[in-house]
Amino acid sequence: MAGAGGGSNDVQWCFSQVKGAIDDDVAEADIISTVEFNHSGELLATGDKGGRVVIFQQEIENKPQCRSEYNVYSTFQSHEPEFDYLKSLEIEEKINKIRWLPQKNAAQFLLSTNDKTIKLWKISERDKRPEGYNLKEEDGRYIDPNTVTALRVPVFRPMDLMVEASPRRVFANAHTYHINSISINSDHETYLSADDLRINLWHQEITDRSFNIVDIKPANMEELTEVITAAEFHPHQCNTFVYSSSKGTIRLCDMRASALCDTHSKLFEEPEDPSNRSFFSEIISSISDVKFSHNGRYMMTRDYLSVKIWDLNMESRPVETYQVHEYLRNKLCSLYENDCIFDKFECCWNGNDSVVMTGSYNNFFRMFDRGQRRDVTLEASREGSKPQQVLKPRKVCADGKRKKDEISVDSLDFNKKILHTAWHPQDNVIAVATTNNLYIFQDKVN
Amino acid sequence: MFPKGTKRKFSDSGDEPAAGGEDVNQPSSVAVRMLSSYSLQRQSLLDMSLIKLQLCHMLVEPNLCRSVLIANTVRQIQEEMTQDGTWQIMTQALSAANAAAQCSADRLVATEVLCRQTEATQGEQVLKPFPAVGSEGCPAEEEEEVVVEEEGEGGPQPPTCQAPLAWTPAGKRKMDSRTAEQVFGTFEIKNPAPSPDPALEELFSDVDASYYDLDTVLTGMQSAPKMGPYDLLESLSSHGPSPLSSSTSCRSDLNELDHIMEIIVGS
Repeated sequence: MAGAGGGSNDVQWCFSQVKGAIDDDVAEADIISTVEFNHSGELLATGDKGGRVVIFQQEIENKPQCRSEYNVYSTFQSHEPEFDYLKSLEIEEKINKIRWLPQKNAAQFLLSTNDKTIKLWKISERDKRPEGYNLKEEDGRYIDPNTVTALRVPVFRPMDLMVEASPRRVFANAHTYHINSISINSDHETYLSADDLRINLWHQEITDRSFNIVDIKPANMEELTEVITAAEFHPHQCNTFVYSSSKGTIRLCDMRASALCDTHSKLFEEPEDPSNRSFFSEIISSISDVKFSHNGRYMMTRDYLSVKIWDLNMESRPVETYQVHEYLRNKLCSLYENDCIFDKFECCWNGNDSVVMTGSYNNFFRMFDRGQRRDVTLEASREGSKPQQVLKPRKVCADGKRKKDEISVDSLDFNKKILHTAWHPQDNVIAVATTNNLYIFQDKVN
Repeated sequence: MFPKGTKRKFSDSGDEPAAGGEDVNQPSSVAVRMLSSYSLQRQSLLDMSLIKLQLCHMLVEPNLCRSVLIANTVRQIQEEMTQDGTWQIMTQALSAANAAAQCSADRLVATEVLCRQTEATQGEQVLKPFPAVGSEGCPAEEEEEVVVEEEGEGGPQPPTCQAPLAWTPAGKRKMDSRTAEQVFGTFEIKNPAPSPDPALEELFSDVDASYYDLDTVLTGMQSAPKMGPYDLLESLSSHGPSPLSSSTSCRSDLNELDHIMEIIVGS
């Protein structure tokens, strides 16, 4: 589970930090809706339901005892609530996804999106300012030129660090339905955005035009039975992307084949287990997230009860399946009634693709070590939040015989769900979002 | 939480072993009991799903993925009910009760539910095109045309989006809000059932308790309808026409089902 090797039984996860309000009264706007590390792991971005983006930066410290902490680097309002006058409906400002662009210069760029509009933000630092103008005082007042007797060259002097976020591009009016995914292409020029029925291809510089590459909208909307739930570009092959559906299928498309990729190149689908068939089978097979592995050979999908690893060369079934919370299979009816069955959990890989992580209820999250075939359940809670406190593995008891320290299924809090998690691209640092708090855990450094 | 030994999966309830004390001389009654339990559960799931489809967020566009999944579930139930004849019986009983009803048993209910308007905009002047699936299917240009026509000619126009039935949105909207209130009001009234079948009652107590316990255990949860399936079962399924129950109280309670069918079918 370590970035540089080592098995999962070697890693002990410790609490590092928690961000967000302490009180139990959660303001709706503070609900975290997305979490994403940048490519170096130095920056960690979160988006919330109020349309704000908060970026944390890892301070470079030389202490060998513990890893550096993440502190607030920049906060800005990315999206505002809008009103669609034609449909008489509000457009939520909730940030659905954030994706970082690879860094090209001193500034950082990210794409953030709500249901309808994608924005490119530039985050830049300013730590110097010019001083010594000839015609302007330090406070900005103009100097009468007639009083100037000597000339000097203005110089840059250090100032307190200022982090500025400015919107550089706004990609709007391309989606009729709600955007669920954005993914940046490995060509560093284009990116895709996916809504319930369509996927569009954009150039990062061009905002008034996008190309539709997938369209599954039926001619007659009454015949609609399947929607797009997630999409992602391949990490290395700039012509390849995948999208998942509400029926549990994943389609891999090659943009070289045709301009409109309605016909897939590969269709990944696992045949249904007839013994588990119920009225809820389709709902729980709906894929909520799809992520390529860093090496580009595998992809991971998350449906309601499990995480599946697929080999891109085998379409017939996944190569690995991990049960996240199988004890919920008997409770599907009540989870349907309270809408929890529609919760969209995300999943993520660690830096070397050896471990995958996803969230669950009761502020639990799960890690699966692929090589060692081990899994662990951990909890993000204030109780376990003393500095460097090692997280204790949790266990849920499905039947009536509850052992000590176990939690019975009936005691689970289904309002406390961990939908968004992120793993540092190189190190064993993870960011786990509860409803309105962001927990950062690290492996124990001995 | 559940009564011990009871794992009720909808597809499995037919295969569950009967409770202890089964009389081997009466296998048919046990089978009948299991079947009716399954039908009731299926019916309550259907009712729950239809309510979920009707209750849309007032201000924000409904989640299309969720709507599609619920609609597919409804279709699945309907197909199964059509196969075992329950659906025809239900719709025939309704059309017998209401001569003016335009029940079309062939048409899948879910699509019509998806295409109907929400109760969101009562009293709004601007014509709201189909929300949910129907309106989202209209590209922006179509919607603009509809609005322009509206303003130009005054009276309500049927939307240009494809609709299974022609209807005037403004009038329909009012009726919907009224019928919706009636429907919800009906749900919250627990009709004093005139001595229902004791066998069915016994079944209800099993299922009801489990649902009720679920509700209390999973506290703080937001169920979309404030009444739980407990109430649904009581007021609807127990009085709904089923092949196994020939209760005459069905007729008076058919009005409640009728309201629901009106909303569904848009008559």
